[in-house]
Amino acid sequence: MSWLLSFWRSSIGGKVTMAVTGLMLFGFVVVHMLGNLQFLFAEPEKINSYAKMLHDLGPLLWVARIGLLSVFALHVTTAIRLSRANRSARPVAYQRPGTVQASMASRSMVLSGFSVLGFVIYHLLHFTLEVPAITPEFEAQVKIGEEFTKNVHSMVKTSFDNWYIVSAYAVFQVILFLHLSHGMQSLAQTLGLQHKRYTPIIKLTSFGLALVIAGGNMLIALSVKLDRFLPDLGLVG
Amino acid sequence: MKVKLHIWRQSKKSTRKDFKQDGKMVCYEVDHVSPDMSFLEMLDVLNEDLIRSGEEPVAFDHDCREGICGSCGVMIDGVAHGPEKGTTTCQLHMRSFQDGAEIYIEPWRASAFPVIRDLVVDRAAFDRVVQSGAYISVNTGAPQDANAIPIPKPDADKAFDAATCIGCGACVASCKNASAMLFVGAKISHFAHLPQGKVEREQRARNLVEQMDEEGFGNCTNQYECEAVCPKEIPIRVIADMNREFLRAKAKEE
Repeated sequence: MSWLLSFWRSSIGGKVTMAVTGLMLFGFVVVHMLGNLQFLFAEPEKINSYAKMLHDLGPLLWVARIGLLSVFALHVTTAIRLSRANRSARPVAYQRPGTVQASMASRSMVLSGFSVLGFVIYHLLHFTLEVPAITPEFEAQVKIGEEFTKNVHSMVKTSFDNWYIVSAYAVFQVILFLHLSHGMQSLAQTLGLQHKRYTPIIKLTSFGLALVIAGGNMLIALSVKLDRFLPDLGLVG
Repeated sequence: MKVKLHIWRQSKKSTRKDFKQDGKMVCYEVDHVSPDMSFLEMLDVLNEDLIRSGEEPVAFDHDCREGICGSCGVMIDGVAHGPEKGTTTCQLHMRSFQDGAEIYIEPWRASAFPVIRDLVVDRAAFDRVVQSGAYISVNTGAPQDANAIPIPKPDADKAFDAATCIGCGACVASCKNASAMLFVGAKISHFAHLPQGKVEREQRARNLVEQMDEEGFGNCTNQYECEAVCPKEIPIRVIADMNREFLRAKAKEE
């Protein structure tokens, strides 16, 4: 295993670690948003039975959770190692710094990354661990068929009744958008995917996907807050 | 025209412990600057003024003054080699500045490039990277017939694009992380597209990256500032080439 550690310690090995773990986390964010889009159907049963299905996975859920958590931890620790090395690579800063083409998103990756970390912790305390100080009181149980199950819909609904919480999530979506819009195209370059014809497409896709994810999540929060759902718009029956 | 310069002055060589030494920004005014002067000629004029008044002239690196040797190079208002695209500092002319402009001139900043004096930095780190394998080993003997090894034109072009690197260090200086990946990528890409380079490709990718890391350069975060300031306009494709070559080498390692 020492070869793996020495690979991780090298500059490109660290970058590849960021790219691969970033891609996995991106996959998670996509699935997370797609699952939550079920809020848009108005009926609480949809999201509640989805949540029940996930919880019923039992040990598999824990495998997924531990896997996700280790990928996340690896992404963060590698980021810390690389950015510390980057800092010490320039011991004296320029008196007059200049930037020619580096995007705002690319320059704020460390900041946006740590904001995402902070928000993920808040998000977990809010919806997973349900810390009383953060999570508003909600109707805890709901009956689906014969069984009682956790009322995820009520938990989200009561939370997003509060404009402060909605705005906090909105700010987070903007940060997530910045992080993903650079991260996606950056990981392609790191993995050696650079081509005259495809790179512009990758950049556009990266931007578009980041927008779809942030927008989709925002749509869920707003839809719940404003009590407007797809059936209201005549989009689904 | 007349310009006001803010120049980094440092009389002692930077050490790992004390990178700044006695360095500080000093302000100078230069009169009688012609717009047709190159940036370095303007510094020559300043130095003549300084010598006349008994002060120490500003030390800066320069040699060919036609953009091919890679000796010159300073940060001008935070941009390596100044505001013009695809030029070295010596190819920059004063007509690119407004009359009465205030110009900040600083040396390349990287822990791998210690300042020797004023604007002069020690770029031996680049030499050590090259020595670690940015060449091909061949038995010298009678020269081979020309065109004995056919190379497709697109490959030759890619190799040549990378080979135009003059090792000036602008990529490191402009990088927000002081990364040398454009330089090292150029060296690796140069050989990766040629049949002559294929024999030692894995060893080369491994050794160059290892040496680059050892020199204490930062890590690329794909912001592409290097590409924007490179006087030879080396594309960031070479970094992707390097990443691929390194991954291939690491995967094949026993």
